[in-house]
Amino acid sequence: MQRQVALIKQSLFDQGYLDEQFMALEELQDDANPNFVEEVSALYFKDSARLINNIDQALERGSFDFNRLDSYMHQFKGSSTSIGANKVKAECTMFRDYCRAGNAEGCLRTFQQLKKEHSTLRKKLEHYFQLARQAGPKETARRPK
Amino acid sequence: MAEVLRPEKLEMSNDTSSLASPELLHVLAVDDSMVDRKFIERLLRVSSCKVTVVDSATRALQYLGLDGENSSVGFEDLKINLIMTDYSMPGMTGYELLKKIKESSAFREIPVVIMSSENILPRIDRCLEEGAEDFLLKPVKLADVKRLRDSLMKAEDVAFENLMYKRELEANDVYSQLKRAKI
Repeated sequence: MQRQVALIKQSLFDQGYLDEQFMALEELQDDANPNFVEEVSALYFKDSARLINNIDQALERGSFDFNRLDSYMHQFKGSSTSIGANKVKAECTMFRDYCRAGNAEGCLRTFQQLKKEHSTLRKKLEHYFQLARQAGPKETARRPK
Repeated sequence: MAEVLRPEKLEMSNDTSSLASPELLHVLAVDDSMVDRKFIERLLRVSSCKVTVVDSATRALQYLGLDGENSSVGFEDLKINLIMTDYSMPGMTGYELLKKIKESSAFREIPVVIMSSENILPRIDRCLEEGAEDFLLKPVKLADVKRLRDSLMKAEDVAFENLMYKRELEANDVYSQLKRAKI
């Protein structure tokens, strides 16, 4: 079971869903705070759901306030960076590039991709944390070898 | 006969340290991002610091009693050893917060560290010129926090040693006077 958890985690890194910041978060876990990463992750998905909603509404209105969109995306990129959400972060960067270029079409396209990556990551992390909890807290509180 | 200096006339304070408690540095962290607040709080706790986290520069000023709503009465006992603030925040930025802190007589000596996800040299220069202790690129590393903590603890040690040395000099002074007075 524990080996399965380790393999899943390794594949998340190998496929580029997560980067070393996720490992840095795991380093901060200990026996007294065994669920720290899961807690941060939950906060991230709650916060990013709000941002996605704001951006969706802004885009639906049709008027492209690139400054405002860029501002939302700055927040999104920031929290994605803090949790190690590598692919989501990349989409955020692309979105901001399109904002600065005033490219509405590019923004819309990138945002669809971003939502996909975000949703995929959420599912994968939920699965990972669920398995990790079943496997036993001590094993998952350490870095992958 | 020379006048002997009485001990009460020597200003020997019992306050040997500005540390919040014997071992712990008290850090005020300011960030508008929920995720980053949780992260910085954990980094600081792991580094054995006492942490107070607020979500805006305005709240930070309220906490310090610098928001104009309060006089400085009641805030003299507030012991903050370090302020860490995000740069980009809605409303008041970390840079503006830094300026307000450096303008205050009560808190200008407290080191202020700016955190930012953007590596913009003019921004960094501006903050350092305004008196920031350091500028950290996000995501902040545990090594960064430990380095800050160590250098602050060292500064506290130096301050403590200086105070002890001063006391020793004062005590020697009393002794000399007593000797001269042949008591």
